[in-house]
Amino acid sequence: MTERTLTPVLTRRWAAPRSWTIDTYTRLDGYTALRTALAADPDQLIQLIKDSGLRGRGGAGFPTGMKWGFIPQAKPGEQPTGPAAKPTYLVINADEGEPGTCKDVPLMMADPHSLVEGCIITAYAIRAHRCFIYVRGEVVHCLRRVHNAVKEAYAAGYLGSNILGSGFDLDIVVHAGAGAYEAGEETALLNSLEGLRAEPRLKPPFPATSGLYAAPTVVNNVETICTVPYIVNGGSDWFRTMGTEKSPGPKIYSISGHVQRPGQYEAPLGTTLRELLELAGGMKGELKFWTPGGSSTPLLTTKHMDVPLDFEGAAEAGSMLGTTAVMVFNTTVSVPWAVMKWTEFYEHESCGKCTPCREGTYWLTQILQRMVRKEGTPSDVETMLDICDNIFGRSFCALGDGAVSPIRSGIKYFRQEFLDLCAQQSGHPRQAALSGSVR
Amino acid sequence: MRSEEPLAGSSINSANNKSANHDEPVDSPAFTARPVAAEEIPDQAAPTTLSTAQDVPVERPLQVDTGVFDELTRQRAQEIIARYPQPRSALLPLLHLVQSVEGYVSQAGISFAAELLELTTAEVSTVATFYTMFKRRPAGEHLVSVCTNTLCAALGGDEIYAGLCKKLGVGHEETAGRPGSSGSITVEHAECLAACDLAPVLQVNYEFYDNQTPESAVALVEALQRGERPAPTRGAPLTDWRHTELQLAGFFGEPQELRDAVDGPSAAPETLAGNRLAEEKGWTAPAMPGNPPPLPAVADKK
Repeated sequence: MTERTLTPVLTRRWAAPRSWTIDTYTRLDGYTALRTALAADPDQLIQLIKDSGLRGRGGAGFPTGMKWGFIPQAKPGEQPTGPAAKPTYLVINADEGEPGTCKDVPLMMADPHSLVEGCIITAYAIRAHRCFIYVRGEVVHCLRRVHNAVKEAYAAGYLGSNILGSGFDLDIVVHAGAGAYEAGEETALLNSLEGLRAEPRLKPPFPATSGLYAAPTVVNNVETICTVPYIVNGGSDWFRTMGTEKSPGPKIYSISGHVQRPGQYEAPLGTTLRELLELAGGMKGELKFWTPGGSSTPLLTTKHMDVPLDFEGAAEAGSMLGTTAVMVFNTTVSVPWAVMKWTEFYEHESCGKCTPCREGTYWLTQILQRMVRKEGTPSDVETMLDICDNIFGRSFCALGDGAVSPIRSGIKYFRQEFLDLCAQQSGHPRQAALSGSVR
Repeated sequence: MRSEEPLAGSSINSANNKSANHDEPVDSPAFTARPVAAEEIPDQAAPTTLSTAQDVPVERPLQVDTGVFDELTRQRAQEIIARYPQPRSALLPLLHLVQSVEGYVSQAGISFAAELLELTTAEVSTVATFYTMFKRRPAGEHLVSVCTNTLCAALGGDEIYAGLCKKLGVGHEETAGRPGSSGSITVEHAECLAACDLAPVLQVNYEFYDNQTPESAVALVEALQRGERPAPTRGAPLTDWRHTELQLAGFFGEPQELRDAVDGPSAAPETLAGNRLAEEKGWTAPAMPGNPPPLPAVADKK
């Protein structure tokens, strides 16, 4: 095995003393990319990000430059019409909550100014003058660090009107969420930011034309935006020296669970679990199953240790890269139990808007809980797969698809474990599934 | 908060009250799902102020006394509203502000937000009941949230949660002690708190206490009950839940207070694990060019 090394780019400043202050940030090359960007034509920046191949770090991996390019812009010298006549908004999705995912929180805590600088450059590129950073409410330390960074940036003249004499104006509002996983879905996030329940919207229209307040909006993940200043400084060729052709760049892999040294490891996209485990000091116990990028990405097993963890590699292995939240479980953990816990999560977080997800996650939870109580029957496995078929692709948003991932993949690789559990009857009279169904 | 008594004093549910107003959020199952003793809900709306006339337009907010919100709070509310291009965007922070005053989303708080944003109380309630951080019953001085999602649970989160419930004699979203009094603690099981590398984790007032054990968690709540405020692993010096709610509404206090809070620790060894390893091994990312390379040319605009 060739030795893969870590490539600290976004995490480079994390160990610096008081890394969250503007003094440390500027001492370590902070706000230099901003000057380059403000001297450029905004379209050059969009092209740069397209050339770099940067893909969204929030889970879906959509090409960032393309997303920016979808924002309708008025043609020079012409009166804007349609969506182009409305203000453009930049909204940062800092509502990290996918089980296993813990990269944006340390990033915002340690280096909030990289997010602020990324926001200014992005807003300039898409011609937005208002930016909202939607921070998950439960991570109040991130909220205050980002709030403080924005305040420092205003004082230094990086925000407000006529930034660095460029004529460009930008205001950033830091907004706290209130506890809803679904708010991490981009249109639900926009609803939440508009003061509504965090329920997803029908797409199309997409946020690029009809987002916040029905105006053109770019919604990007924290890690994506934090990457932007480095691409401006290093160029797209430099960025592509890391990662793979279709999934270029460095990525923060968050390794948790039964490993010796859990934590944040920034490595080129395409790093394998085997390599990550080596970096993290190896397993505690024997590997049984793992997720490449949060609970919504199908489980993988010991057979997949050499799968390159980039968008293509994870998909080819039947999973998804997701948020590169690598949760590692050893042989002490029961797959049906783990799947039950995740399904309880999806049931709790289902927003209730669409029936397949709302009802399906409820029934799946009932069946799994019954199974873990040792009151299951062998037909429960097929029943669950049938329910999954009625959720997957039939839900309003990706939460439903995510909810079936652990169940389908759990049964795919560990069917016998489910059947064995069903064979162990507790001896108690089996509770009818309908009992207790009043929520 | 374990009383099984019906909501005897609840103005809204009592038989004497007309239910003409379908907007009334307290009628919603979410608000009545669990019986609460009346004395636990301070300042419930006085029944006599409820309008019962059939011809009252539904969009008119109920005339609940919102006097509990003082001039400073009202100023803050206006500041929140001014942050946004459209006032309704202020709703979530406004409800955080309400909680900072009342210790939960009270009936008065719903009316307060509705009045300010020119919404119906139903429109506010539907939002308030959606989000888990908005509490529908008065919470304790401290809110202890234990992650019981899969990874934390596998590493001990379930035992920590069970141990705390047993120790305090409460269940999910229940309070040990009189809500709001010194040393009172509300417990909840939380979904993934985005600190999986530090599992199992819990939070007090949303500040992180990492790598917990059932014993350390019990010791922590015992200290909180004694009126102590042990420092979080990551976060600002501990205050109380209402104070945190004020920060969630966007008010961080005087510059020195903000600075002290901001300077609270954040970089756990786990956070820096990759960083330290790279340093030890001499690994770096490929060097950037000395100067930023020229930006790509842009195709001619048509």
